[in-house]
Amino acid sequence: MKNLPGNRAPDGDLDERIEAYRQTAQEVRRDIVEMVYAAQSGHPGGSLSAVEYLLWLYNEELNVDPENPDDPDRDRLIYSKGHACPVLYALLERYDFIDVDPNEEFRRLGGALPGHSSPKVPGVEFPSGSLGQGLSYANGQAMGADFDDAEYDVYAILGDGETQEGNIWEAAMSAGEKELDIVAIVDRNKKQNDLPVAETMEIDPLAEKFEAFRWDVWEVDGHDFGEIADAFEEINATDGPRLLIANTVKGHPIDFMEAQPNGYHAGALTDEEFDEALEELGFDPATAEVTTK
Amino acid sequence: MSEKISTRNGFGNGLLREAEEREDFIVMDADLAKSTRGGWFRDEYPERWINVGISEQDLFATAAGIAETGRPVFANTFAIFSERGFEQVRQQIARPKRNVTVVGSHAGVITGEDGPSAQTIEDISAYRGLPNLRVISPADAVEANALVTALADDDDPAYLRLIRESVPVIHDEDEYEPTIGEGEILRDGSDVTLMAHGAMVHVVQEAAEVLAEDGIDARVVNMSTIKPLDEELVVESAEQTGAILTAEDHNIYGGLGSAVAEVLAEQRPTPMKRVGIEDEFGTSGNGLDLYEYYGFTGEDIAETAKGLLE
Repeated sequence: MKNLPGNRAPDGDLDERIEAYRQTAQEVRRDIVEMVYAAQSGHPGGSLSAVEYLLWLYNEELNVDPENPDDPDRDRLIYSKGHACPVLYALLERYDFIDVDPNEEFRRLGGALPGHSSPKVPGVEFPSGSLGQGLSYANGQAMGADFDDAEYDVYAILGDGETQEGNIWEAAMSAGEKELDIVAIVDRNKKQNDLPVAETMEIDPLAEKFEAFRWDVWEVDGHDFGEIADAFEEINATDGPRLLIANTVKGHPIDFMEAQPNGYHAGALTDEEFDEALEELGFDPATAEVTTK
Repeated sequence: MSEKISTRNGFGNGLLREAEEREDFIVMDADLAKSTRGGWFRDEYPERWINVGISEQDLFATAAGIAETGRPVFANTFAIFSERGFEQVRQQIARPKRNVTVVGSHAGVITGEDGPSAQTIEDISAYRGLPNLRVISPADAVEANALVTALADDDDPAYLRLIRESVPVIHDEDEYEPTIGEGEILRDGSDVTLMAHGAMVHVVQEAAEVLAEDGIDARVVNMSTIKPLDEELVVESAEQTGAILTAEDHNIYGGLGSAVAEVLAEQRPTPMKRVGIEDEFGTSGNGLDLYEYYGFTGEDIAETAKGLLE
């Protein structure tokens, strides 16, 4: 069982908890939209695809403590797709790791929340911004746990386009060969900076590739908490290198973002887009208190 | 004739010596442990040695992850191949200041027969551009050995440049203690300063002897820390001797010569000459023969110094 104070799973049985997470997910999506709109810059598409599995990790899996974010025994969340950091900042703010207003600090000169997530932010483990490096880094932390006979778990969150980087496969080979205890999630939102992944450099069959590198692989609807829960029940019952492919939709569920060939990878939301996004999420734009920089 | 030992051997012995003092640090290799001398550590402490195979990007990003858990890491490969993981060094080691020493052995044209693909002449230039990363090129095996302790002991990252070829030992093993960031005056003089790092230090020592025969009194400085550069010693040497010659087994662009020129241009404009590889790739041949070929000899450098003084 998880026992650090950072474990904040709400009371209730699984169905009740999932219902709570669904509601929270909408609020987190609102926070993402507001943050990117306020900064007039940032990466909303890949943030919106990452909401459910990150909510699951923070509520059900991660032993992390906002009062002691550098606790040597904490679980490590290596957020390698750190361009999509608005979702991470929204969660860290929600769970009291950061006490600044992301709508005023994200991507600002002198602000506390840099454009790509980095360890300068409490609760952020990994210096992101250059894709392909997080899995190796996570391997190193898993090795560190082995050297110290420590119990903490290591999670790595990768973009699907990111698996086009050669470093990912060096790391996948290493984790497989050394049987490292590590859980990776690939956010399979199927779109990347320019175009859909399939029109850029197709990465399928992704599961078979990782299996060939001696990983155990699970595949779920990445927006379905029930499927995520079931997968983690199995993932937690085993060890070694484990991959969860989270099939997601980039920009979900905002129609004009999903419709873009890159799933609204990055950009400044216009006033009209901001209003439309909030309405789609079920919030009244008139009540939003956000000013752009 | 003094004893000759390569700096990579000094490093390998330093790992073994340090392992008797502390049990925490990790040594990593990428299929070149036999050459980097990481293999010497592997043979004695296999439980604290990691081989990642031929994958330098993975090497450095993994090293950073290990270092975050509190263990100093020496991540070894050939200097040239460390450049394969340059951006991992930048993002995961230099930016967050992880206690990782990027160990690049077989640097410079003195690497020899393997030819230009193996002879990095740009590593110092590249690594010098990274904030937080110290760049160190020890002059002999004693210095390389002692640096293992200094590098494990403090938390900042470093690039340690080593060479394959055996070179004269210039330090007394019993007395020497390195100070990272401080140049070392090996011979004082008043007419010209000869400043070098790595294997070129003993070459400029020979040049100073040649110059002495002609009545020219040269100061010799081992500037093994190229970053952070001992600017005070550079300026003081300019004041004391009026001319500075730098010598290095590296491109004249971006190495010690450039670093010294930057300091002099801003703080004390002084006649100087950069001896090094003049912006060309190396070539195959015996490493010591290549030093003759490129004019990296006491006689040649003495001649160049005389030209500087005219």
